[in-house]
Amino acid sequence: MGEPSRLAIGARGLVLGLGCLAVVVPFWAVLTTSIASPEEISRAGGFVLWTREPTLDAYRAVLSGGIVTRALMVSAGITVVGTALSLVATITLAYALSRPGSLLHKPILLMTVFTLLFNPGIIPMYLTVKQLGLLDNYLALILPVLVNAFNVIVMRAFFLEIPGELLESAFMDGAGEVRILLRIVLPLSKAVVAVIGLFYAVAYWNAFFSAMLYLQSPEKWPLQLVLRTYVVNDTPIGSDQLSSNLENLPPQISVQMAILVISILPILLIYPFIQKHFAKGLMVGAVKG
Amino acid sequence: MHSQRNRWRRDRVLLLLALPGVTALLLFHYLPLGGNIIAFQDFQPFLGIWHSPYVGLDNFEPVLTGDPVFLNALVNTLIITLIQVVFVFPLPICLALILNATISERLKRLTQSILYMPHFLSWVIVVALFQQMFGNGGMLNGWLRSADLSTFHIVGVPELFKLMITSQVIWKDTGWSTIIFLAALSRVDPAQMEAAVVDGASAVRRLWHVTLPSIRAVIVLLLILRLGDSLSVGFEQIILQQAQVGAGASEVLDTYVYNHGIVGGDWGTAAAVGLIKGIVGVALVLGANRAAHALGEQGVYTK
Repeated sequence: MGEPSRLAIGARGLVLGLGCLAVVVPFWAVLTTSIASPEEISRAGGFVLWTREPTLDAYRAVLSGGIVTRALMVSAGITVVGTALSLVATITLAYALSRPGSLLHKPILLMTVFTLLFNPGIIPMYLTVKQLGLLDNYLALILPVLVNAFNVIVMRAFFLEIPGELLESAFMDGAGEVRILLRIVLPLSKAVVAVIGLFYAVAYWNAFFSAMLYLQSPEKWPLQLVLRTYVVNDTPIGSDQLSSNLENLPPQISVQMAILVISILPILLIYPFIQKHFAKGLMVGAVKG
Repeated sequence: MHSQRNRWRRDRVLLLLALPGVTALLLFHYLPLGGNIIAFQDFQPFLGIWHSPYVGLDNFEPVLTGDPVFLNALVNTLIITLIQVVFVFPLPICLALILNATISERLKRLTQSILYMPHFLSWVIVVALFQQMFGNGGMLNGWLRSADLSTFHIVGVPELFKLMITSQVIWKDTGWSTIIFLAALSRVDPAQMEAAVVDGASAVRRLWHVTLPSIRAVIVLLLILRLGDSLSVGFEQIILQQAQVGAGASEVLDTYVYNHGIVGGDWGTAAAVGLIKGIVGVALVLGANRAAHALGEQGVYTK
């Protein structure tokens, strides 16, 4: 192939370098500001990009009880419970749909795929959740998004690739459907279950509008709503909200940045696991559907 | 009859397995569709769907008579879609071409990991990060202030709002959207490429005559999906920032529905606008798909 010119290589490097900086710099600024000392912050008049006197006071203030601590537990709870329920419902539905020719196979498949085409709309969704008595209930953040048809289709495609002889021989040995799903299909599908589980988890952790729509009492707020109120809307956060025992509250900006770090951290922690599957080409299959 | 019973016995476990998922889809995708009936009612929450009076097409009046508030939301939606199709859509293609030309595998992996990351952050986090960087008390203005330079007002300026949300979309999703183009690029026929080199085609000509044609199907597919989604633009993203810039610059169809219905209590009109949006949305996907077939492309589904 023709040698690329030095200019072209340089230009490409520049674009990629700037792109990466645009992602990394905000994270870095948020992190360093959350651990900088109050003196450094007042000296800099806001953001600090390098700290010589790191302190975890802001984290202590935020995590020693109070609204952020509670919101963190709520978000963690919804994410764990929601992901578990979603995985069970998605796996069982995908498995049932991976056995062509079974009763109602076609209509159920069509019904599932069809949900990708339309969206019921905000108002009817709200009224439905209200009619079902789920307002101000954490289930309202889970049940409406319990099953994502796209994930069902992806998982079904993987189940369909498992050799039929494997299942047949298990049937011969008298195993039932549930046993086959648990003992044969799932162990062979760990990767796709992991990826789809991670996608559900990220979605539950990030959910913001459903919480704003369905939860009325502030004490039920998940982290994203706390983040909106105290960081995006800049509502002052004081000892009333933090119930902190610290004598001096850390500067507002450190507290805000600490909340931001706490909400980003779980995503950063699971990101390598999501990434592990990029290489296997799994994601491409998933994205293409 | 007998075989039917056998079949039932064999398949009832499968049906039971499908039950939780099917119930969730019925309850939260199909049942709410029926709720759109309130678009034709003077819906009163205390009367409910069953007892609210029917009012014909009254709720569709803002749409039919071109009410300025509704038109503003529609125009904003279309402008944002246009901006995003023209300026946002091509970016991942360019980025994928750049990544694809990067020879060092390790460097490529590293940049990909960094650039994909923002996709997994919530809109609340992305908006918060942007404000902390560009807000009036943000990092950029902090620097300018400490250097005794005049500060930029970017956040909370209605005229710059569309620029702002476009930058956020670019920051969050350009990296992630390269995945599918990179996959297509990896299937470009090397023999064709070599033949082009032997024939003395320049880099630009190779790009135009070999690379781009081989990823055209994917580009068309994604463009269809984007156009089919013309009426939906970043609802969470916009609702988070609406208070700062006001409805004039930021109201889109989805926020109109939310603000008029859930916040304002004008349930009927909101549901009517939502219903029209949904129907036009489905028609757009089907129409765009048909256009793709007419152009000889695969589209989202075949037939």
